[in-house]
Amino acid sequence: MRNIGKFLLRQHFFFIFLLLEIVSFILLVQNNFYQHSSFINTTNTFTGNIITTFNNVSQYFSLKDANRKLAEENARLLNESKKYYMKTDEQVFLYKDTLYRQQYEFISAKVIGNTTNNRNNYLTLNKGSRQGIQKDMGVITSNGIVGIVKEVSPNFSSVISVLHKDTKISAKVKKNGHLGTVNWKGGDYRYGELIDIPTHIKPTIGDTIITSGYSSSFPEGIMIGTISDFRIDKGDNFYTITIKFSTDFNNISYAYVIRNIMKDELNKLTKESQND
Amino acid sequence: MIKLISRNIFRLLFLVFFQVSILNKVELGGIINPYLYIMFILLLPFETPKWLLLVAAFVCGLMIDMFSETAGLHAAACVLMAFCRPGILKVISSKQDYEAGMRPIIQDLGFNWFFSYSLVLVAIHHFLLFYLEVFSFHEFFQTFLRMLLSIIFTMALIILSQYIMYRPKK
Repeated sequence: MRNIGKFLLRQHFFFIFLLLEIVSFILLVQNNFYQHSSFINTTNTFTGNIITTFNNVSQYFSLKDANRKLAEENARLLNESKKYYMKTDEQVFLYKDTLYRQQYEFISAKVIGNTTNNRNNYLTLNKGSRQGIQKDMGVITSNGIVGIVKEVSPNFSSVISVLHKDTKISAKVKKNGHLGTVNWKGGDYRYGELIDIPTHIKPTIGDTIITSGYSSSFPEGIMIGTISDFRIDKGDNFYTITIKFSTDFNNISYAYVIRNIMKDELNKLTKESQND
Repeated sequence: MIKLISRNIFRLLFLVFFQVSILNKVELGGIINPYLYIMFILLLPFETPKWLLLVAAFVCGLMIDMFSETAGLHAAACVLMAFCRPGILKVISSKQDYEAGMRPIIQDLGFNWFFSYSLVLVAIHHFLLFYLEVFSFHEFFQTFLRMLLSIIFTMALIILSQYIMYRPKK
């Protein structure tokens, strides 16, 4: 027994080598035959975390591409949302799926030019008439409204920002549905004004202002902002309400252009009734 | 002594990090994959006890295995490499004895010595690694080509890093 001990001690280098190789082979064979059954793989918490960290770094290099893809994906999903389909009231159905008719279509575009510090601000988008953008279409981001398309070229379009003296957005208080108009008085790009809310209504700070849906550019319910202050000017019958825009105009990179599929029909009808 | 140990541990961690985060993602032509991390075993001091050599190599290989879904593969190759190291050292430098305080690097023992020393050990490591990975001699020549190219690449990186890390003595 003592001799064996001595022998092992003298040859310890070889025996440790043998032992470690055997352990390695067991691990190797185990890993090959029972996938992921061994603890030495990338799925455990420790290595998983480290690999995630590496990935987080390398992700930055493809961030631009990923952003673009997500914006397109969002536009596609908004197109499928039932909220923007009009409910048809027809009694006779030709097909089973005519309950909802799509009224708004969303086109994603990248904002390539934007100002906020002028009195009249414009944005430029990287899509134009070739991609289906037309004059007077509404432009929004996921946070809220941005503006209305003013001019289109084949591949670009110019958008009148909400931060413009001529922009008037038909809006309503979400809580009680009272109508008003949103415009911008210049100055701080974060705050706009809601006018034409009659004095018998009591607004509260923090109320949400949304689009009314009465213009053909924006569907109903697009976020505009929240009430941050209100007052009644002397001799006036309407509130002057300061609102905080939900869109950060200084930080817009992707926007959606809204195409109202029934706009022509709507405009034609309005024109006809006005002419009468 | 403590300085020596901490320096080697730091080298191990750095090489594993470098291997896992950068070199494992390098696939030149889909067949070349350099394994610079084995430089850790090459650069262990001469005075390292033999058992520690094996254990250090095993740990080193296992760390790489943890990050590349190859449990045991690198560990086996590293342990074999460490096992061969004392023998190789004896064969290569039978004429000259190692002076105390010498390190197994180009600047201390010269290019020829370092080149043959590392080439033999890298070849041993890569041989076991590549054939164990395939686990058959079925595609012998294809594996051999991959192994050969990877050896060349690993050697180039090792020699290059020697010149980057250690300033030449005057």
